[in-house]
Amino acid sequence: MPDTTQAGVAVTADAAVLIDHAAGIEAQDVHAWFDRLHVLRGVFMTIAPRRVTAIIGPSGCGKSTFLRCLNRMHELVPGARSSGRVLMDGDDIYAPGVDPVQVRRRVGMVFQKPNPFPTMSIYDNAAAGLRLAGERDRRVLDETVERSLRAAALWDEVKDRLGRPGTSLSGGQQQRLCIARALAVSPEVLLMDEPASALDPAATLRIEELARELARQLTIVIVTHNMQQAARVSDVTGFILDGELVEVGTTDQIFTRPRDRRTEDYITGRFG
Amino acid sequence: MGDRLFAHLLAAMAGGVLVITAAMLAALTVGAWPAIRKFGPAFFASSAWDPVAGDFGALPFIYGTLVSSAVALGLAVPLGLGVAIFLSELAPGWLRRPVGFLVELLAAIPSVVYGLWGIFVLVPWVRATLSPPLKATLGFLPLFEGPPLGIGMLTAGLILAIMVVPFIIAVSTEVMRAVPTSQREAALSLGATVWETTRAAVIPYARSGIVGAIFLALARALGETMAVTMVVGNVPQIRASLFAPAYTISAVIANEFAEATDVHLAALIYAGLVLFLVTLTVNILARLLVARAGRGPGLIRE
Amino acid sequence: MSRSYLRRRWTDRLVAGVTFLCAVAVLTPLFLILFFLARTGVGALNLDFFTHLPGAAGEPGGGMANAIAGTLLLVGLAALLGVPVGVLGGTFLAEYPTSRLAGVVRLLADVMNGVPSIVMGLFAYTILVLPLRHFSAAAGGLALGIMLIPTVMRTTEEIVRLVPQSVREASLALGIPQWRTLLRVVLPTAAGGIVAGIMVGLARIAGETAPLLFTALGNRFWNWDPLQPIAALPLQIFAYAVSPFEDWHRQAWAGALVLVSLVLGINIATRAAAARQVKLR
Repeated sequence: MPDTTQAGVAVTADAAVLIDHAAGIEAQDVHAWFDRLHVLRGVFMTIAPRRVTAIIGPSGCGKSTFLRCLNRMHELVPGARSSGRVLMDGDDIYAPGVDPVQVRRRVGMVFQKPNPFPTMSIYDNAAAGLRLAGERDRRVLDETVERSLRAAALWDEVKDRLGRPGTSLSGGQQQRLCIARALAVSPEVLLMDEPASALDPAATLRIEELARELARQLTIVIVTHNMQQAARVSDVTGFILDGELVEVGTTDQIFTRPRDRRTEDYITGRFG
Repeated sequence: MGDRLFAHLLAAMAGGVLVITAAMLAALTVGAWPAIRKFGPAFFASSAWDPVAGDFGALPFIYGTLVSSAVALGLAVPLGLGVAIFLSELAPGWLRRPVGFLVELLAAIPSVVYGLWGIFVLVPWVRATLSPPLKATLGFLPLFEGPPLGIGMLTAGLILAIMVVPFIIAVSTEVMRAVPTSQREAALSLGATVWETTRAAVIPYARSGIVGAIFLALARALGETMAVTMVVGNVPQIRASLFAPAYTISAVIANEFAEATDVHLAALIYAGLVLFLVTLTVNILARLLVARAGRGPGLIRE
Repeated sequence: MSRSYLRRRWTDRLVAGVTFLCAVAVLTPLFLILFFLARTGVGALNLDFFTHLPGAAGEPGGGMANAIAGTLLLVGLAALLGVPVGVLGGTFLAEYPTSRLAGVVRLLADVMNGVPSIVMGLFAYTILVLPLRHFSAAAGGLALGIMLIPTVMRTTEEIVRLVPQSVREASLALGIPQWRTLLRVVLPTAAGGIVAGIMVGLARIAGETAPLLFTALGNRFWNWDPLQPIAALPLQIFAYAVSPFEDWHRQAWAGALVLVSLVLGINIATRAAAARQVKLR
């Protein structure tokens, strides 16, 4: 695709205006439970700013739960609890007095299935976060909507129909709209929970490219059970099995010279 | 062989609902026929109600039914939606079941008991406690003109509001709970507070179901008989004041039917037929709206 | 940012508070009604109330024995019509959920549930009272029975759907034909829930007054003949409540207490039984 690099440059430029700071994350002894089910058993992990960090592991291993502990979405599930510390630029997001609502403004999230607000237009979807924060200035909104849609590589496809419902887009476009919606509030980290699992291969590729582009400005954590995807998209990969972080290292190292036997078994397809 | 036969038996029983609905339409039309032929559509525009002369018009009853229902919905809709939002989004888990259960009990209390309570508790309270300050502050409005008797449109609207609010709560809570988690999470992950999530993601998604719930309550209010009969005053008149006694379609049927004959009887059945057709329509609309809410608004477009 | 954030957080709390107050406001009448029923009703209840016929107009004393019996008879007559049609029709809805008939019946059943009860009375009047030329328990039972059908039908549908496919398959694999599987295996499995639905439906119609006003009519004496007018508890409460006599007002409260205890008691018991069944699973 000849125009990829060109689009890539534009994407980065627009994301750069939106994102003024990318945070690093340090998870310390993170445990999580669903009622009595202990799904995360003491995860320590450092996530570097402006990198794509992939988290891989078989279904049900706790990788999505770990992701949802990073923006305090886990605790919203009835019966769910967690413990441990998650430091964002050194400050614990679980410290007493920290409001989860504030945390979620700094840590954006993209979900497994695209979930645009069905009653809102494309424009309103992208503007939703800002409007919630009380932004009323039409010029600011217009600008941010355009920037975030450009940063999500969606602008050219939708600029003539911003008033149409978000649900009128294709699956891949909807997912990029959700990315734009998350970017519009200038997050410092973007969590992606298997963002391409509901998409076709072409749309998947676009999301992956986008993740790589955005990582120039932003910290990205992506959960996937697709190892090729992790290899294509990430700088650092962590492998979670049965609620424990088995191994973390550069993606290159994990996929070519895994240190742990279980990691090797998993990436060579012996289980999972 | 037995299977086919049994399937037909089941289908026949289910079809009984269809047969009954059709039979009701037919029987009421036949019963009302003398009045339909005599008065036609003028029935809805006339205020005459003279059993001796045999001249009947339903206008004051239609007016009373509509206004008492409007007062009821004016109170019940905001309150009911508030409770629904509380139950589906805000209440702590341990509080949801008991409150939901108590709301169900509110719906289970028989109409005649509401009426009894209305006569002996609500009417004196409205007369002595609620009306004087209303009159003192808003008395310049025609809505609060005249002496507050206690019985009348205001009390009827109040008691109707209490009776229909459980339906608004039950149905709106249900449609709001049915909003997919992914919609809530999308808003929460943007840093929305619980209320902002409700406003931005839950209510728009559930909107048609909430409108359906209101329609359902409207149908109940239009047709409710006993409690209204006991507190509305039963005077066929059209007055702007909510303090004035009034009369509703169902109340006049309840009071006069057992002693009516000939055209009087037909006129009452005519009024009942109208009530049936209106509530049937409102209910069908309500159900279609609620069913549509289950599919979410996104799929309606395109 | 920070100030707007504070405002947002306060808005959140304010809304939580306001909606909580809505719940308090909506439930206050329930508590008030129960309070007045207990205060006025309990004092007026005595043995005579359950054993005596109504006294003469204006004279103190007497009871509602015939009205209590009448309500039981009317509810029984209604069940004769409503239960079979409701249960079998509901089974149809559950077993053939996508048929066109099921779609229409489901909608109409829900709609009928919202049709004013007084209209049911008008219908029973035109097809039973007019041709037979007098008011009767049967006409009251018909009106109440029609009201019972949608409730029973929709609950049955819901419960029969919950019966796992594996239960059906186990029976069908034994070579038992479908209709016998339904009658002997599926419906018995669902029986608990269906009975609960029927009870709640019966409790609801037991409290209905409007459909009885010009069908069952009311009666000051004992009656066991379905073709004669019959007394009913809600009718008696209505008549006494709007009467000019102090003692009758007292008895109306007593009757209301009995009626509400019956209706709420069935509702609560059904709920408790359902909760226990869920726990046992």
